[in-house]
Amino acid sequence: MSPIYSVRDNTLEKRLFLERIIAAFLVIILLTIALTVRLVYLQIVGHEHYASMAKSNSVKIVPLTPTRGLIYDTKGRVLAENTASYSLELIPEQIENLDDTLAKLQVLLAIPNEKIEQFQKTRKRQKRFVSSSLLLNMNDEELAKFAVVRPYFPGVDIHTQMVRNYPYAELTAHVIGYVGRINEAEMKILPMSEYRGSTHIGKLGIESSYETVLHGKTGYAEIETNVQARSLNTLNEVNPEPGANLYLALDIELQKIAYDALENFNGAVVAIDIKTGGVLTFVSRPGFDPNPFVVGISNEAYQALQSSDNQPLYNRALRGLYPPGSTFKPFVALAGLENEVINGQQKLFCPGYYQLPGVPHKYRDWRKGGHGSVNLHEAITQSCDVYFYRLAGSLGIDNIYNFVKKFGFGEKTGIDLDGEKLGLLPSRDWKAKQKNRAWYPGETLITGIGQGYLQVTPLQLATATATLANHGNVVTPFLVEKIVAAHETKPGPEVHKGVIPLKADNINQIINAMVGVIHSEHGTAKSIGHAIPYQIAGKTGTAQVFNIKQNAKYNEHDIDFKLRDHALFISFAPAADPMIAVAVIAENGGHGGSVAAPIAAKVIKHYLKDFHFEQP
Amino acid sequence: MKTELRPEHFGPPSLLGSLLRRLHIDIPLFLALLLAALLSLVILYSAGSQETDILIRQSARMGLAFGLMAVLAHVNPNQFKRYSAILFGMGIFLLVAVLIMGQIGKGAQRWLDLGFFRFQPSEMIKITTPMMMAWFVADQPLPPKLGQLLIASLLILLPTLLIAVQPDLGTAILVASSGAGVLFFAGLSWRIMLSIIVILAALTPILWHFMRGYQRDRVLTFLNPEADPLGRGYHIIQSKIAIGSGGIYGKGWLNSTQSELDFLPESSTDFIFAVFAEEFGLIGCVGLLVLYLLIIARCLYIASQAQDTYSRLLASSLGFTFFVYVFVNIGMVVGVLPVVGVPLPLISYGGTSIVTLLAGFGILMSIHTHKKRL
Repeated sequence: MSPIYSVRDNTLEKRLFLERIIAAFLVIILLTIALTVRLVYLQIVGHEHYASMAKSNSVKIVPLTPTRGLIYDTKGRVLAENTASYSLELIPEQIENLDDTLAKLQVLLAIPNEKIEQFQKTRKRQKRFVSSSLLLNMNDEELAKFAVVRPYFPGVDIHTQMVRNYPYAELTAHVIGYVGRINEAEMKILPMSEYRGSTHIGKLGIESSYETVLHGKTGYAEIETNVQARSLNTLNEVNPEPGANLYLALDIELQKIAYDALENFNGAVVAIDIKTGGVLTFVSRPGFDPNPFVVGISNEAYQALQSSDNQPLYNRALRGLYPPGSTFKPFVALAGLENEVINGQQKLFCPGYYQLPGVPHKYRDWRKGGHGSVNLHEAITQSCDVYFYRLAGSLGIDNIYNFVKKFGFGEKTGIDLDGEKLGLLPSRDWKAKQKNRAWYPGETLITGIGQGYLQVTPLQLATATATLANHGNVVTPFLVEKIVAAHETKPGPEVHKGVIPLKADNINQIINAMVGVIHSEHGTAKSIGHAIPYQIAGKTGTAQVFNIKQNAKYNEHDIDFKLRDHALFISFAPAADPMIAVAVIAENGGHGGSVAAPIAAKVIKHYLKDFHFEQP
Repeated sequence: MKTELRPEHFGPPSLLGSLLRRLHIDIPLFLALLLAALLSLVILYSAGSQETDILIRQSARMGLAFGLMAVLAHVNPNQFKRYSAILFGMGIFLLVAVLIMGQIGKGAQRWLDLGFFRFQPSEMIKITTPMMMAWFVADQPLPPKLGQLLIASLLILLPTLLIAVQPDLGTAILVASSGAGVLFFAGLSWRIMLSIIVILAALTPILWHFMRGYQRDRVLTFLNPEADPLGRGYHIIQSKIAIGSGGIYGKGWLNSTQSELDFLPESSTDFIFAVFAEEFGLIGCVGLLVLYLLIIARCLYIASQAQDTYSRLLASSLGFTFFVYVFVNIGMVVGVLPVVGVPLPLISYGGTSIVTLLAGFGILMSIHTHKKRL
């Protein structure tokens, strides 16, 4: 452009602008004409076609909602079902004197005033031939009372609808989850054609993670309606496909035994079938009753659950993070053997504490005065801390991290539930990234006894135990065993099957030591080993809730219950040919051996009672 | 020196007329908008199942919107120019804030909760984008040069993308066209425009890649609505039935069967034109289109009479965007454009769009009524 034009030329600009205004207006006129042409096409050319579609009339497409699949336990007992719920429905158009009818019904069924008002509100929003419900969830008495007088109330009727019901309530809440009303946010992302007509959707647990399978396929009916939208007759029907039924690996009887065994402790019990990975019990206590969530829980009831000290809504088995404490020792011991840092016979002296060279801090053993001279077997059966401080120190954090990681610590187990927590297996890298600090040798020592940064979920602990019992053949836990749809039966989720290479002698030494925990004189859980025809292998653990100051003495009677240590226990049985692995965490239980181990024993004994074992 | 013909030259000055003039209200534009607002209430009464609740609510919003229009009409256009960049910057900042909060809240977020009311930054940016563009382009002699054009494109792209990821495709289109409108009226050469169109067409597959699942569904459904009669295609099919069954004369007010039957989804908001077409027929539709054309023509006239480049560009772009609004909505309802969430301007139920629209018209009135006497 020549320099002359770089000075603003108003006349030129204005002319250019006017040209553009005219061009724009022409385009606008043209596009408006295009819209008009389209309207002419729809309203004149297509008028007859569309008018007949709108009038003759209106083939209304009504969705036919599929029945939601049921959920069973491994023995076919129903854990989630659809039960009939009855409501009293009124069609205003067919009722001569509505106020009079309402007054009579109110006396007959003792209906509170609010419900009448509520009914009046919904009624006014709807057409006169549409029915509105006056009473929901009627009980037997109400049903009977109305049934007698029904002929005198034209236009009043009882409707049935299916409502999800969880017969085991709080026992399964953290596994099955629940369904609830579809909310606005879900509405936006759900496939509209599939959910037209559905009111509920899985919100939590199996109900949520298997939503697509359980929901089924929506069908539809083409219903001819007249101009007032009154249905006349059905022209065509595409039946809905009911949702698939799910069979879980879970055994509800065993689940109940585990739940009851926790008694008043908050905590979790997870049991896994070692051969398959099927989850036999998945207990998080306290549970909660999921049934109110289906119909819409009241705000007060929800607040009460939310603010309860025991946190019943919190899925401890899946999301609870705990230091594994001494239950971590078998894994560290195996790391020591596999890395050839120790041999099993070598004895170390335990004076009751351990000090790093040049550091005054005393790493204490749980037994004041120590265990004396112990080998690996004794260190595990008696849970000697000093042995493991020294072992961890010689292994170093990198070796511990690299070996133990293979058992799934710090990773999701891959169970078919949403919301699983990762836990935390600390490493040098992790600390550098998260805390921007170097790794201290002392931290390796406390990691060696399952304390420090280390955090595991009960599910992870059970899974790692199962893999250990399985001689390093990785076990992936799953809940759904098979999916039974109308035409086909499919297995549950595909499970990952890896192998951790282990020397047979090493893993056998660890298992023997874990048997010693229960079946030897000094074992920390020897109380549970009596009168059974097989051997249980296990490891007790205690996880500190808070740190005791140096030189202070931990006295469980002196401190608040909520600050007492968590009791842990991992176990599997029969030791010779492991079938079931169980991890127990009893919050503030104090001792693994006296509190957590008996809970696991109840589960194991019940599970194995139907199998016949030769007395060893 | 020209004397402009003013409304007072056409008859005895009325009390109302002189009052409106003192208030800097442009009478033809005001009357057309008022007519559209009344039409909106008439059709909403029918589309909303004859409930008075929504009429009261919508009237209140209209009152607020007309009030804002009157306030903005009073402001000197130089003030708009002066604060263009700042307002635009604020708009972008709020868009980013909404996006970050949305990320925390997981899911679509378009609102900023200010406690007493919820504010939608994407609405504000519909006006501040053309302001910013007009301010930026008017700074240099027209037509804009290539370097300017590149910066301008970035200035348009920034808010457009921020809104598109919310995700709100409809508003993104409106914002983009309000910015592009300024460039067009600034005299961008036809050749460059053509190349941009070609490039955009070539970028379509990439855009497709970034679209959310439901946005893709909508486009696919638009291409073949019958494939999914229970789901997404439902809107379009039902809307066509409603419009087609209206015929030339329509079924008459309150006689729409499709909306009555709840066949027509969103009959008070995005699909209200279908109800209108069913009740008032082709004649009503053409009438409504003519009303829209009158409004647009008045806007463009105001632009052509404006005294400086900034005012010209801003006024013409606001008028043009108003048309895009109309075209995208009606095009979607009659089934020639994909379903994007754009309401029918001035008519659809809902508060945010009418407030922004009338704010824009307030600016136009300010431009028209604050001329220096030459």
